[in-house]
Amino acid sequence: MSHSTSEPLPDYRTQDPAVAARFAKIKERPVVLEIDRLGRQFPGEHGPVTALRDISLQIHRREFVCVIGPSGCGKSTLIRIIAGLDDPTSGRMLVDGKETSGPCPERGMVFQGYTLFPWLTVKRNVMFGLEMDGMSSAQAESEARQWIDLVGLRKFAENYPHQLSGGMKQRVAIARALAPNPRVLLMDEPFGALDAQTRAQMQSHLLEIWRNVDVTILFITHDLDEAILLADRIVVLKAHPGEIQEIIEVPVPRPRSLAQLQSPEFQATRRRLDELIHPKVHAPSDHLPIVRLTQIGDDVE
Amino acid sequence: MSRPRWFAVRQDLSPSRRRLLGVCAFLLPLLLWSIVSYVPFIWHPNIKVTDAGDVSWMRPGLQFDRHEFAKEVAAAQSAGTRPPAGIRANPIYLPAPHDVGRALYTAFTTKPVLKGDLWLHESLAMSLKTIFWGFLISSAVGVPLGILCGAFVAASRLSEPFVDFVRYMPAPAFGALMVAVFGIHLEPKVAIIVIGTFFQQVLVVANTVRKVDGGLIEAAQTLGAKRSQLVLRVLLPASLPDLYNDLRILLGWAWTYLIVAEVVGVSSGITFFINQQAKYRNFDNVYAAILIIGFIGLATDQILAFFGQRFFAWKNPRSSRLRAFITRLFSRRDQPLPEGQP
Repeated sequence: MSHSTSEPLPDYRTQDPAVAARFAKIKERPVVLEIDRLGRQFPGEHGPVTALRDISLQIHRREFVCVIGPSGCGKSTLIRIIAGLDDPTSGRMLVDGKETSGPCPERGMVFQGYTLFPWLTVKRNVMFGLEMDGMSSAQAESEARQWIDLVGLRKFAENYPHQLSGGMKQRVAIARALAPNPRVLLMDEPFGALDAQTRAQMQSHLLEIWRNVDVTILFITHDLDEAILLADRIVVLKAHPGEIQEIIEVPVPRPRSLAQLQSPEFQATRRRLDELIHPKVHAPSDHLPIVRLTQIGDDVE
Repeated sequence: MSRPRWFAVRQDLSPSRRRLLGVCAFLLPLLLWSIVSYVPFIWHPNIKVTDAGDVSWMRPGLQFDRHEFAKEVAAAQSAGTRPPAGIRANPIYLPAPHDVGRALYTAFTTKPVLKGDLWLHESLAMSLKTIFWGFLISSAVGVPLGILCGAFVAASRLSEPFVDFVRYMPAPAFGALMVAVFGIHLEPKVAIIVIGTFFQQVLVVANTVRKVDGGLIEAAQTLGAKRSQLVLRVLLPASLPDLYNDLRILLGWAWTYLIVAEVVGVSSGITFFINQQAKYRNFDNVYAAILIIGFIGLATDQILAFFGQRFFAWKNPRSSRLRAFITRLFSRRDQPLPEGQP
């Protein structure tokens, strides 16, 4: 918190003219994904439990939207419904203005657990979606090679997933999801299982890929910095029931890099997210009841 | 550095130690058998007559209980007649290793005792034929049905309760019925093996297919895979290594049912051979035949395991240490992204 000492942080809604122009341009683009009053209830012991209520959202072409929220806010349910892996109990979903439901390659998905097919090589994994589409295997192979090049794994095209590191596996998963040319790429905490260093690397990889591909991204995370670093807009959900609390336009200019982490816009957005996600606890005595268990004379600290 | 312990909880052993213990696993029982066979004071409860003396009903070569024999000797001595003589011996049903070894060696060259009896290799061929057809027919129906049950809940609910019910009926109980239906030759025996393996097979295969990670199905769905593609391109390849292992284990069960199947109708195959040899009290041949079954089973299993490792290298990354090392070397540093358009 280097900025807390000197001048006060700007308001997170204040946008640099360049950033404001960018948002104006995004809003002019056609809406790719529209969610209209989406709701999801699960049967519970004491009547139905509402996981999501009245979620409405419009995502424009080539926009990068992050969804964050406390655990139990239903962000995973939301992305699973959009992917078609779960059905909403109310509301509808439109892709390019057409109502749709069920899984479909126009909405590609990257899962936290990689879910690569372990019996297929990297190349065959990336070819999978293309072949499902009925493409001949020669054509699928040449297209798959381009996507593998894009994620920088040319040398590993003939390797099996178990021979790759976590970050490389997730790059294959991204290439595989992008290969059938989806309109929307859904990412469900894709970097959650990676160590901090690989995660930072993957974030810049993803921004790079997104710059080179015409795709709209909906990205779920619980990491606030990750959301600010990646997103144009951040959708903040609240729990019980899962509802949209606020949609924040990130004022940090692009191109983004980790160096912006200390910039005032970044810090202001970060503080706002903190307020939303971790509201002030009312009771001050929230310390853990820690009893000193170390031996007298133990002077490590 | 201290030498690693032989007994450390869930720690792997060096390859040389693994090999050594594997050899010992066979040598120790053999050693035990040898001790019991060759060291007279361990067991040897009988006396084998070498000289009948004046006891009219004894014949050289016959065996008698040690204490009974001692009584006869005492009786003969007190009566003043020539006492019988003999050496200590194990019961006839426990031949010494070298006897069984010789029987193994001569098993395929010994002529059958009766005309019409089969040679050992003919008996074995018959058994293998029974197993082959039984297991093939069972698998041809059981594996596809099991896959369907694993893939579709409706198929599972429609068939598994009944399969589960029949599974508890012992296959030998169908023996008389199968003879009535199929006659007395090969067919009822094959049927017993099918009944013994099929129902287990359906349940085992269905369970294996159900164990496939649901995430793979979801991933395939988001990539546009339809129902038949999910079964043929995801469930099947994902469960294939485990299915292969299931079949290996079930083949072992088929051998168990073989012995039952072969006494149904006209006794045949290796079981018939064993029963005949036991009747003639050629127990060394009995042991030899049982050992041959063991060897065939072990060899088949090892061969199948070897091919399994080759077929499903993606499942067993331990295959080549060199390749693993090279992979680790490369994966330590992630490749940078190239610039430019896709």
